[in-house]
Amino acid sequence: MSVLADRDLEFISGIRQIATEVAAAHADEVDRDARFPAEAVQALRAARALSAYVPEELGGGGVSLEAIARACSELGRRCSSTAMVFAMHQIQVGTIVRHLDGAPWFESYLRELAADQRLIASVTSEIGTGGDMSRSIAGVTTGEDGKLGFEKQAPTVSYGAHADDLLTTVRRSEGAEPSDQVLVLSRASDTELEPMGTWDTIGMRGTCSPGFVVRARFSRDQILAAPFSTMMSESLVPLSHVLWSFVWLGIATEAFDRGRSFVRQAMRKSPGKPVPAAHSLSRVMSELSMLRAEVESALQEFLAAEPDRERLGTVAAVLRFNNLKLAASEQAPRVCMGVLEVIGIAAYKNDSQFGVGRQLRDALSARLMVANERIHTIDAGLLALAKEL
Amino acid sequence: MSDALIEDIRGVLRDHARLPVDVEAISVDADLFAAGMSSHASVNVMLALEDTFDIEFPDRMLKRSVFDTISGIAAAIDELQAQAA
Repeated sequence: MSVLADRDLEFISGIRQIATEVAAAHADEVDRDARFPAEAVQALRAARALSAYVPEELGGGGVSLEAIARACSELGRRCSSTAMVFAMHQIQVGTIVRHLDGAPWFESYLRELAADQRLIASVTSEIGTGGDMSRSIAGVTTGEDGKLGFEKQAPTVSYGAHADDLLTTVRRSEGAEPSDQVLVLSRASDTELEPMGTWDTIGMRGTCSPGFVVRARFSRDQILAAPFSTMMSESLVPLSHVLWSFVWLGIATEAFDRGRSFVRQAMRKSPGKPVPAAHSLSRVMSELSMLRAEVESALQEFLAAEPDRERLGTVAAVLRFNNLKLAASEQAPRVCMGVLEVIGIAAYKNDSQFGVGRQLRDALSARLMVANERIHTIDAGLLALAKEL
Repeated sequence: MSDALIEDIRGVLRDHARLPVDVEAISVDADLFAAGMSSHASVNVMLALEDTFDIEFPDRMLKRSVFDTISGIAAAIDELQAQAA
């Protein structure tokens, strides 16, 4: 277990306050109306949380990844959508911070992000790729004025309409192979988002993630120069799986806490009498412990690889962080389902203080954001190659 | 690395990398992923290389940077064969 710096602890406590005072207050409405959690994101901006992972010398908070992960879980307990928006933004920021390699444009961009608390959305999904992020169809084009551009058909763009900037995967050029990709940071002001479909889902409703045809214009400086595969294996994929999992852990923890409140109330009403729900809650606790153990150990392994990030590109590491995603995405809903059975009908009611419907619905998104079946297909091949797991 | 080794590697790539271009046209230092090898195909390439050369790539070698060029693959195989010899 690493030791968090005072700055990290202060950051987490600030996020916890935003989670309980702002995100929680609007969570039901955000869910019901499928609207962006604007109040919570505004509070995160006011706390300068959007630049938490930006190094201090570039105007950011210089907060550790461990603290960011714990913040995802704190937010996840109160409002899954806020937590997922926060997590995804940190994944984009993290990828830029870790791979900008001293590029002046990106350094100055991060200063601007810190000053204005800009929110970054990502455009990674694409119609026609079957969910495979390591291939792109849309490619970078060069206009007559020399400006670069792309047009990408993206089936889901989380909070795209609410972002200040977009980080998009595209082919290096229209003639390049689908696997020859780059990451482009385009400003919303230079990007047209033509809506394609709606976002009326069973959960994660406040992430507002409909599809868009994305048309952007940008300069060559706005392309991250690092090899795409390095960014994928050292940041985008493992960081996504770690931060998402902390969001899911937060959701499951909240459901469990509701179960605990319910059981506590029942036991207080009739002290000494057996409460069957208490027994089943104890079973759910072991499910939650397994989720926590998987998520925590993966975080520690990710942090342990920091001095030698190339390690994250080995087959063993890819399998490790893929398994985190698979395990956590299946375990979090299992905990919510368990709590549903502990509490019974009061958990099934939307207007009950013991309701866990929102948590259950939100947690179900986990297995679909990068479909688990796709990850199993990747792992199946890698398992044949890996020598030690 | 010998020419024969390079030719054998090209043979594996021809059968398993599913490249949209002729393998002969790819220089030993060209990025195979940029040339169109998918992540999925690269796994098949690694497995076929293990079978063809009767070797096992240790986990430390199982990363994209080892397999992104023909010369990288050849260096890895050379190293393993030297160890075995």
